[in-house]
This record gives sequence, structure tokens and C-alpha cells, in this order.
Amino acid sequence: MSNIHKAFENGKAFIPFITCGDPDTETTLKSVRAAVENGADLIELGIPFSDPTAEGPVIQGANLRALKGGITTDKVFSLVEDLRRDVKIPMVFMTYANVVFSYGAEKFISRCKETGIDGLIIPDLPFEEKEEFLPFCHQYGVDLISMIAPTSENRIAMIAREAEGFLYIVSSLGVTGTRSEIKTDLTKIIESVRKNSKIPCAVGFGISTPEQAKKMASISDGAIVGSAIIKILEKYGSDASAYIGEYVKTMKDAVRESLGK
Amino acid sequence: MTNPKGRFGIHGGQYITETLMNAVIELEDAYEHYKNDPEFNSELTELFNNYAGRPSRLYFAGRMTADLGGAKIYLKREDLNHTGAHKINNVLGQALLAKKMGKTRLIAETGAGQHGVATATAAALMNMQCVVFMGIEDTKRQALNVYRMKLLGADVIPVETGTGTLKDAVSEAMREWTSRISDTHYCLGSVMGPHPFPTIVRDFQAVISQEIKKQIFELEKKLPDAVIACVGGGSNAIGSFWHFINDKDVRLIGCEAAGRGVDTFETAATIATGRLGIFHGMKSYFCQDEYGQIAPVYSISAGLDYPGIGPEHAYLHDIGRAEYVPVTDEEAVNAFEYLAKTEGIIPAIESAHAVSYAMKIAPSMEKDKIIVITISGRGDKDCAAIARYRGENINE
Repeated sequence: MSNIHKAFENGKAFIPFITCGDPDTETTLKSVRAAVENGADLIELGIPFSDPTAEGPVIQGANLRALKGGITTDKVFSLVEDLRRDVKIPMVFMTYANVVFSYGAEKFISRCKETGIDGLIIPDLPFEEKEEFLPFCHQYGVDLISMIAPTSENRIAMIAREAEGFLYIVSSLGVTGTRSEIKTDLTKIIESVRKNSKIPCAVGFGISTPEQAKKMASISDGAIVGSAIIKILEKYGSDASAYIGEYVKTMKDAVRESLGK
Repeated sequence: MTNPKGRFGIHGGQYITETLMNAVIELEDAYEHYKNDPEFNSELTELFNNYAGRPSRLYFAGRMTADLGGAKIYLKREDLNHTGAHKINNVLGQALLAKKMGKTRLIAETGAGQHGVATATAAALMNMQCVVFMGIEDTKRQALNVYRMKLLGADVIPVETGTGTLKDAVSEAMREWTSRISDTHYCLGSVMGPHPFPTIVRDFQAVISQEIKKQIFELEKKLPDAVIACVGGGSNAIGSFWHFINDKDVRLIGCEAAGRGVDTFETAATIATGRLGIFHGMKSYFCQDEYGQIAPVYSISAGLDYPGIGPEHAYLHDIGRAEYVPVTDEEAVNAFEYLAKTEGIIPAIESAHAVSYAMKIAPSMEKDKIIVITISGRGDKDCAAIARYRGENINE
């Protein structure tokens, strides 16, 4: 078991997503530190992929900017080593199966352990294919995080029973990106998860405002925000960290206010 | 050859988002049911024969055979199918399946536009909505096909992400499917993507080799010595190979697009330059860099301009049952012009890759040997691009 559970011991969790190397590694380092200082409970670090099929236009843009800026998997591990000099909260990677596979699954996952990465979110690795990386994750104590989607229905129990770290509840159909409204009946999905698992549930996809974060956190254990943060990076580039810090603070305050369990 | 999880050796699988998992499971269940349903099969045969114009001819290319001076050359004329390519075989099967599943909307990716045209055609025929994703670069290379799709009632969405070619069109179609599943079937155009697509598309395209086998027996009373087809994702090739896989003496040869050469970065030859990876729902060979970033591939042929290859081809390569050879732009264009002048047949630039390799090996084969080349599509769509390649600007 990793340290991920600690992210959920401080009330409802706020989980920001940042694409490594967008637009450069210095900005990523500053942005992550700003998020940590302003109350982030867990950091989701994206390793860019050339063809991110689960992402909407905003995160696709971040991937391309980062790759253009010369980021590589090795540079991402160096970046994590730098962060780990002072960042104590859990951190997970979000990337695509080919990035892990191509690096060599065992080499990648053992590097995760060495550098201090607690978990992996791989959107194109569903339950049926998790054996691809799971044995190495278990060997090195890195959690392979499972996702549950609005279409999961009869699959929820199966996924939840074997889930590790936290469960990533995908709020809506489609790809990542901010949404004005989240229509899925998440309460029902989360109830069904709770019957089968004790691990925390965090909701992601489409969340951008404090009101949405508060609402999502009130029915789960935390809120994950990606595209809204990437938009700040898109707008302010290497000056983004101060704005990210401010945004994270607002969102963490909103999540903290949410009651319920 | 497919195990329950859709594996071909180590290749294949279902590397897709959780959101799509129930959709592919539903598709697999429906396919398992209908593939053995006599009514489904008789409806499909009716569509193949009376709508698409099957069986397609197996034509003896006498002038080409005499000119090359070696093996006898037959052309499997998939270019004569309705809509001008083999793509219609798969599309009629999938559209009929989607209709039985209660879907009312088809989405598709397209490279050269042939699969998009076929999907738009089937959607018109079966009164379904249709949206086709096409790389922005390809919409320019294949403007005529864009117009044909619109004429058939489809919406064509130009995809500007990435390299603006086939791989980006596939990614965008997958994204669209993730956002709208209940009424929509993703009519994937090649033997690629997550299980069950490689199997479904292969089964619908297997009619090509089923017919070749029957036709060549009638004409020659024996099996061919080689079957040659072009390979992007590999649907016409697997269709051409399938019923010969157990006939070990038949050489199966897939021709990949080498673009400007396999020693350059401007190539799409996956077996020659790629390595094992996971992308677009499958484990297979892909053109990629050392960190697994998918390479921006290139070929003059929009239909072969894809950085991967179907998982069953990857497996046939691994076990040595099929050979995969690279053919450059220049060689393909030469073959395109050669077949036009020698036989009065203008092949698709994709198919010209297969013609080129036959031209290479036929002269050194005995005269009683037989080569079958699958002409996967017709070349009208390519005339403007080939003219440009030769430095001549014509208006389409």
C-alpha cells in the first residue's frame, strides 16, 4: 500500500492535475509547489503523450506544448526527484499505456518507487488489461488506480473490489474538459462503490468552479481538477504559478466547506 | 486464432477507457450472436451481391503477365465494388450489425476517404445519421471524397490535432464515441483498434479470399503461389490472406507504405521501422520514438498513412506466416502509371503499392506460378495528387 490514503485524512481532498513540462519544467516545479503550499492534498502529474485519446482540446494542447518543450519520461523522473526534496504529499502519474510500456514497465514502475510516485492513472488500461502492469505495481508498492465511468454500471462492483489507492470516478461521458453542468447520477454510482470498497473516491472530469468542486466533494471524498488549471497555464505560461496557487486555495476552501460523506 | 480476450499471439487486447468498455462488450455480444444468425447472414449476402456488386472479378492481367515475363498475374478487382473499394464489405456488415443493435448513428474515421464514403453510403442506405472524422491534411489531398461524403448526407469533421492525418482521425472518432455511446456505433474501418474490431472487420473482409480461392480453382485448378495486398491498418490484406493462412505453400505478402524510404523519417512502414507498443486500443507494432511517442508518419497514400498495423498482421509477422515489405512513394506511383497504361486499370495509390511489389517479384518466377494482387480500390481519387507528384497541376 502506498501513501495515497494520507491525502484523504485531511477532510475532503482537492487534487490538481498538472502536465509535466507545460510549457517547461521550471514552470511545472513552481506550479506544483504553489499548489502544495495552498492546500492541495494529492498531485496528479501528467506525463505527456503524443496522442492522448481521453483528453479534450485543453489537455491535448498541454501535451503538445510540453512535448514541443522537450519533455521526456526521464526528465519527468528528474522533476519528481526535485519536487520530493520538499513535497511531502502523495503524488501520482497520469499517462497513457504506451509511455509506461515503451520505457519498460518494470523499469518505469521501479523508478516511480525510487523517486516517490505513489500511484499510476492510465486511462487506456481498463480492468481487463491491468495485468499488463499490476504485477510490477505490487512488487514495487505503487498503486494502480482504477477508473469508474458513467457507463460502468454492472462493472462497478468488479472494479471497486480490486481497487487500490483511490477510485477515480469519471463524472461525465466524453473526454476531459470543463463542463457547465454534470448530469450523471454520481450518488448512485458512489453508493454502489461504497458497497464494494473502503478506499476513497474522488470525482474528476468537467469540474472547474468552487461550486462544482464543493458539490462533487460533498458526495465523494474529493475533487480532481485538470483542464481548469491547464487553462491558467495556457494563459499565463511561466508566470502561472501564483495564479495556480490562488486557484487551488479557493478550490480547497470550497471542498473543505462541503459536508456529508 | 482469436482467444477470448481478442489476442493474436501477444497482440490485440482492449486498451481503451473504462467509458467505452461496456460498448465494446455489447458489440462483441451482438456480433457473437448475429455472426451465426441465418437471417443476418442472408441479409448481408443480399447486400454484398445486389448492392455492392459482389463477387468481385478475378481478372487475368494478360498484358502485364506478358510484359513482366514471369508468373501469371491475376487482379482481384475490389476496385469494382460499389463506392470503389473493399471498404464497403466491412461497412455493410457493421452497419447492418449496428442497425440490429438499435443504433441510429454511425461515426467513422477515414484516411483516403474510401472508408468514409463507404460508411456514408451505408448510412444513407440504412437511413442512419453519419459523421466522418478526417485529418485536415487528408481533406485537402482527397477533396473529391469529402464532397462525395457530404453528397451522401454525412457530416465531415476535419481533424486539426496532431499531424492532421489518419491516426488523428481515429483518435477523434474514439473521443466522439466516448461522448455519445447509446445511439452511436463506431464503424472502425480497418482490422485495428480494441477487440472485437480486428476480428469483426477481418470476418467481413474475408469474403475477398473466399472468392479468390473459388475463382482461382475454377480458372487454374490450383492455389496461387503468392497473394499480395497493401497494408495500412491491413483490412484488405487480412481479407485477402484469411482463407489461405492454412495453405502453407501460398506466400502472403503485405506491402507497407515506405513513403520517402525506410531510412528516412518520412515513412509509414510499421513492420520495417516500428516496435511493439500499445495504442488506439491494441498492442501491436507502431512507429514511435524511444519514449513511446507516436511518430508523425508519412506516405503519399492517405490510406496507408498510419503509424500502426492490425494486431493479426503483427502476429502473422511474428510467426513468419506472412511477409511484410516496404514500397516507396516513387515505386507506388510508377506502378500506378504502369497498371493504367498496361491494363487500362487505374488502381488506388494504396493498391499500387501491392502492384509495385508484384512487378518486382513476377519476372524471376516460373511461368506456371500464379500471383494474385488485390486491387483494393480504384484510383480516380488519386489522379490530382499523382499529377501534383509529377509536377503537373490540375483542377479536380
